[in-house]
Amino acid sequence: MPRTQPLIEARQLGVRLGGETIIRNVNLSVFDGQIVTLIGPNGAGKSTLIKTLLGVHRVSEGQLTLAPSLTIGYMPQRISIDDSLPLSVYRLMTLTHRAARTAVIDALRLTDVPHLIDRPVQQLSGGEFQRVMLARALLKQPDVLVLDEPVQGVDFNGEVELYRLIQRIRDERGCAILMVSHDLHLVMAATDEVVCLNGHVCCTGAPETITRQPEFTQLFGHKHADALAFYSHHHDHNHSLAEQGGHVHD
Amino acid sequence: MIEMLWPALLAGTGIALLAGPLGSFMVWRRMAYFGDTMAHSGLLGVTLAVVLNLNLTVGIALVTTALALLLFGLQRQRRLPSDTLLGILSHGSLAIGMLVLAFSESVRIDLSGLLFGDLLAVNQGDVLWVAAILVVAIPVMALIWRPLLAITVHEDLARAEGIATERIRIVYLILIALVIAVAMKIVGILLITALMIIPAAAARWLSKTPEQMALGASTLGVICVWAGLGGSWLTNAPSGPAIVVTAVIAFAVLLVVSQVRQRLAN
Repeated sequence: MPRTQPLIEARQLGVRLGGETIIRNVNLSVFDGQIVTLIGPNGAGKSTLIKTLLGVHRVSEGQLTLAPSLTIGYMPQRISIDDSLPLSVYRLMTLTHRAARTAVIDALRLTDVPHLIDRPVQQLSGGEFQRVMLARALLKQPDVLVLDEPVQGVDFNGEVELYRLIQRIRDERGCAILMVSHDLHLVMAATDEVVCLNGHVCCTGAPETITRQPEFTQLFGHKHADALAFYSHHHDHNHSLAEQGGHVHD
Repeated sequence: MIEMLWPALLAGTGIALLAGPLGSFMVWRRMAYFGDTMAHSGLLGVTLAVVLNLNLTVGIALVTTALALLLFGLQRQRRLPSDTLLGILSHGSLAIGMLVLAFSESVRIDLSGLLFGDLLAVNQGDVLWVAAILVVAIPVMALIWRPLLAITVHEDLARAEGIATERIRIVYLILIALVIAVAMKIVGILLITALMIIPAAAARWLSKTPEQMALGASTLGVICVWAGLGGSWLTNAPSGPAIVVTAVIAFAVLLVVSQVRQRLAN
């Protein structure tokens, strides 16, 4: 279902770090208003791919195209800030992007934590910290949110809520979201497209179809695939892979 | 007689002012050992200056800066952990410096003065060096303050948000190298890192923002330098240890004060 121009498009993208090929042949598109989730085993290169899109790592081969004047909000994998650094939430939010207090409060309100603005960052719980980081990524009014494992260090109830919040943000603000995740279950509920990465893209598709692809089963095992397939059946019953627009890569 | 103390007091004040923000970052970035290594290489700088007949401060600045750049480059390899590399360079450069000094019979250098500081060795020229470095370093520090803070919180995030992380880190390392070069005569090679780290750590107890901690560290550092040099003058003690002991006392006092305040608040 290609709509207009993608905000982010990677073609045959490859990245080498310290002489080692981390990812290769990656094709990926993120369209306006879309939630795309990257899944894959540890060491599959999910974070590397994301950081390359953000300009942290250099592209070694292939092409990376970003829409003109694209603003990206980035939330890295759970970070820990040394206790020796006295830093309030407000200062954390405005480290590289100066913003008035009111703007910061508005951003924090989007993730339901405006009361934390003056709290030292070391005193936040796992869930609070992730909400603050999500608000931080929203502060620049981004066209795309890039979230690397947004629910890490959050308890189960918090996870469900956080995924709901991410979906709500997409619905309300219409920004695209590219997210890395481990927990297949929860992610499936809140995503339009799943991209399964293991050094290269194994398979992509809507969550309802991807679990039926043999590449997916190979990577995650039947147990996961069955559980997720069962889940997706709550929503649809009889779409074949082709109808859903799912496709398989080598 | 007091006029003999002025050069040390002035130079020490300038050094302590700079050591505040630089040392705070050293604490936040867990770079104490890194600073030690750069300081230890200063002895090699002394050797270089003597052998090549250079100004002492220039020789030290050259070697500490070169070492900072070398370490920066070596940290990109991943086979050895960085504290191992630091250990090799730190002790290696210290040992080489000592050996060369020991074997060059023509050179007579007060080794204990170099290692632990000698306030009487500080002259007007040194005060001018400190002044020159202050004039350069303070605006540079102000310029890299926010980006360096962002890098300290999360390097990839800072990079993704448009900060030239490597350039900022190199500038920071060069500032440390310069401060070490001018601080050597007063506090000595073995104690320079202490002047950076202890006031910053002591200021942590009282600070709610990074800027408070840096300015607090500068203030405490200046107080410790004056008290330490005064004590050293009166008792004939080596100046470096006198300053460091004062700083340790300040650290302990502030620790107790902050604990008591916290108890009272709860």
